[in-house]
Amino acid sequence: MSAISSRRKPPRVGDQPLFRRALIGIVLILVALIIVAPLVVIGVEAFSKGWAVYRDTILHPDTRHAIMLTVLAALIAVPINTAFGVAAAWSITKFDFWGKRFLLVVIEIPFSVSPIVAGVAYLFVYGLQGLFGEMLDAWDIKILFAIPGVILASMFVTAPFVARELIPLMQAQGRDLEEAATSLGASGWRTFFSVTLPNVKWALLYGVVLCNARVMGEFGAVSVVSGNIRGQTNTLPLHIELLYHDYQAAGAFASASILALIAVFTIIAKVALEKQGAGRVQPAANSAENAS
Amino acid sequence: MRRNILPGLRLSLGVTLFYVGLIVVLPIVALILKAASLGPEDYWRIVSSARALASYRVTVLAALGATVFNLFFGLALAWVLVRYRFPGWRLVDAMVDLPFALPTAVAGISLTALFSANGWFGSVLGNLGITVAYTPLGIMIAMCFTSLPFIVRTVQPVLEDLDPALEEAAQSLGGSDWAIFRKVILPLLTPALLAGVSLSFARCLGEFGAIIFIAGNKPMSTEITALLIFIRLEEYDYPAAAAIASVLLLTAFVMLGVTNWLQARALRYTVKG
Repeated sequence: MSAISSRRKPPRVGDQPLFRRALIGIVLILVALIIVAPLVVIGVEAFSKGWAVYRDTILHPDTRHAIMLTVLAALIAVPINTAFGVAAAWSITKFDFWGKRFLLVVIEIPFSVSPIVAGVAYLFVYGLQGLFGEMLDAWDIKILFAIPGVILASMFVTAPFVARELIPLMQAQGRDLEEAATSLGASGWRTFFSVTLPNVKWALLYGVVLCNARVMGEFGAVSVVSGNIRGQTNTLPLHIELLYHDYQAAGAFASASILALIAVFTIIAKVALEKQGAGRVQPAANSAENAS
Repeated sequence: MRRNILPGLRLSLGVTLFYVGLIVVLPIVALILKAASLGPEDYWRIVSSARALASYRVTVLAALGATVFNLFFGLALAWVLVRYRFPGWRLVDAMVDLPFALPTAVAGISLTALFSANGWFGSVLGNLGITVAYTPLGIMIAMCFTSLPFIVRTVQPVLEDLDPALEEAAQSLGGSDWAIFRKVILPLLTPALLAGVSLSFARCLGEFGAIIFIAGNKPMSTEITALLIFIRLEEYDYPAAAAIASVLLLTAFVMLGVTNWLQARALRYTVKG
């Protein structure tokens, strides 16, 4: 393609200096207003009452408990969803079976369902009004308005993250390498760990990072099932809402700054992993060519 | 068909089906059963009550407004990121994902701080006579923020893969830039744009966390459907919560179908022969 391209090209569409500068200018202003300003205002508001208030909020037992619960939810939900993602990707990309397309759609459902709907749905499974409510009550098992409910709801909203990164990649890589390993006598686990995993590790990590960010930030679904019990079932996002409605805006923003920091780290990790080729199935063919 | 020699089908498919069944399908079935147990008359009365209808109206209108804004802004942003190089473009490219990475509750309180009467933007807009916080406009802005990356990220790869030869051919035929954009480039981007629009619109319809802080949450005017469900729950009116939630669920399924169809169409054009 490049061999026949002429040396003197006319400017590409939209490359007139004036138009180009104007468009870049407008877009940058909007990015600053819509994306950057909300991030900056968190930091400004968090320290609006000074460093002491910030420190006191972060070190407050309720905040510390909320942080612990958020971390706990991530520590449980992320590994389970990772294992699920790997299992789903292995079964879907390495085998053919009836109903595969349908399974793919079902796995994606949590992305399209409103988090509030997800929370309500869990209520009708484990709540007193729900399918297993009376049974659980009789056995004195508390799932809703307790920590297990928070973790289950987090698992629902983030179920597709790892699977979605792995499936297209493993589909593109085919089955040849695994078949070669198996025919040479490697066990299934050995094949997975020595052949498949090295090929998909960045995509796997990419999915894990995004999954983690979403678990830690989930609000709607968790707020339905948690019961908002201060110091017990409040995750960090719920704690932010509580402080905010308590007219402790500086405290709410101080707590929010922790989550904002996690979001920034998530984006940095995402960019670093994209450099390793994660996050896109086909390599970007001609992005370098377009660079002017 | 070639015999598959790979091991692990039973284990991996078993784990997958068990997990999807327990975590995804079971709750959704439970919700549908609960809504279905209402009987058609009660169900219809709840989902077509004046307050519910008002909530659909404000949710859909705000989602439409946000999606139309993001259609133009998202296309312009994708265009700038793919076609132009300027200092800091990598940073801008990375920042596009911020609305996905930032928890919705955090986005909600920070947008409210920006747009409230004494906030950075709110005070300026207030002088112009525009109130954003606690109005439908606030709902729209929260939706714009959370759904912005969808259109950028679906259009960007298609724009990157666009064959420059097409433009050159149009240029050699004497087309003006605007004509080439409209008649050559835009039609090639349309499938991706539509896919992005449907993803963005679906996300707006279900958004909760970012909106409830900036919306006034007044019944009949600034109460979104997701919030109405939440309020019914707090009133222990579980049948009503189930019924209204089933409406959102149905919309989500319709949007999922539309998106899958549009994405399949969009992919047809990205695979190069």
